[in-house]
Amino acid sequence: MSLSDPALRIVLYEGSGAEPLDGPARYSAVSALLEKGYAVTRSAADRPVAPADRSPLLVLGRFNGQPPEVPESDVTIRFQDISALAPAQLGDAVETVRNESGAAKHGAWKPWFPVIDYDRCTNCMQCLSFCLFGVYGVDGDKHIQVQNNDNCKTNCPACSRVCPEAAIMFPKYKAGPINGDTVSDSDLAKEKMKVDISALLGGDVYAMLRLRSEKAKSRFSKERDSDKALTERQKCLIKLAAAGDIPPEVLMSLPSPEEIARRAEEATAKAQAALAAQKA
Amino acid sequence: MSQTPPTILYCHCQYAQVVPKEVKDAVLKKLCDSGIAFEAVADLCEMAARRDPALQRLAGSGAVKIAACFPRAVKWLFHQANAPLALDTTEVLNMRVQNAEEVIAKLLSSELEANLPKGKVTASDAPKPEIAELAN
Repeated sequence: MSLSDPALRIVLYEGSGAEPLDGPARYSAVSALLEKGYAVTRSAADRPVAPADRSPLLVLGRFNGQPPEVPESDVTIRFQDISALAPAQLGDAVETVRNESGAAKHGAWKPWFPVIDYDRCTNCMQCLSFCLFGVYGVDGDKHIQVQNNDNCKTNCPACSRVCPEAAIMFPKYKAGPINGDTVSDSDLAKEKMKVDISALLGGDVYAMLRLRSEKAKSRFSKERDSDKALTERQKCLIKLAAAGDIPPEVLMSLPSPEEIARRAEEATAKAQAALAAQKA
Repeated sequence: MSQTPPTILYCHCQYAQVVPKEVKDAVLKKLCDSGIAFEAVADLCEMAARRDPALQRLAGSGAVKIAACFPRAVKWLFHQANAPLALDTTEVLNMRVQNAEEVIAKLLSSELEANLPKGKVTASDAPKPEIAELAN
């Protein structure tokens, strides 16, 4: 999925010219669509819904073969009669329309990325200098921002651990305050401690990872029993994962030590340039 | 004088198991049974990541009640999508910690209790996302 593709918007229409659904049928239809990743508008006269934009639109309803007339519009509107469709068939029918419309496909990427709480952020740039994957950048005013969501490593909240203000959230994380729960004084103390631990481990977490990686490689080259070597590497990764909350699959996919060093330098240079521009 | 009721937005948190399934299913079922108008989205995080224009429409449509997760996360997710929510007309119900009865009662109530964190940044003075990869 490209994050810039427009999404297909679905309206469940039960107004004039369509037979209304009862509660259970409506629930089955909406659930089936949500599970395929779609956004659904259930319109009625009692309260507003979001107005139309230029996203492709699919209108679902029990039209009995006669879809309602709509005024001319710039928006591409398609109709689908759902009278004879079971919920499972509904999802497939909508997928067919989505394919034809060229709209975004959902579910190919788990939406895992940092969200910055600007009430707390002090623009210290620690996240920018820490992240090796180019997730962070700065805007024209040199304010930190998340620029490349899909570069983020799924389930890895490591950058939130280095933030001294607990300003980085991952809404799908299991625990607070990283999941967006209120930040307490004790959380702040914990966050500071984590930064100190990282400093004790050799200046930054990536230096530690690099060292571990080199040691593991050295062990591989000397070790004749490949199973034993693999076990040793796994132990190493498990320890790192437990200490830093970094998923083993992220550690396994880290680039070479040389590439890590190059990216770390690049990120640090970006952060320093942004900080210097703030002071100027 | 009658006021326009708030838009109701429900997030299904489709791509993670952090919202209890029984809570989100019960809330959605009650919404469907109620017969009222609502917006249901599969996953607000996914929409925020793609800067989906639907979030701007929702944030710009006046008062809104959102059934999702922590108010602090929802506030900044919308901001990151360049769709800042109005602090005084947004209520977020947290399906990670509230039970389904409480969430649905508040969604259907005629009262709105604005509860986004009120910090130094408001909708108008937040840094504006400049996303190079999405620029046309």
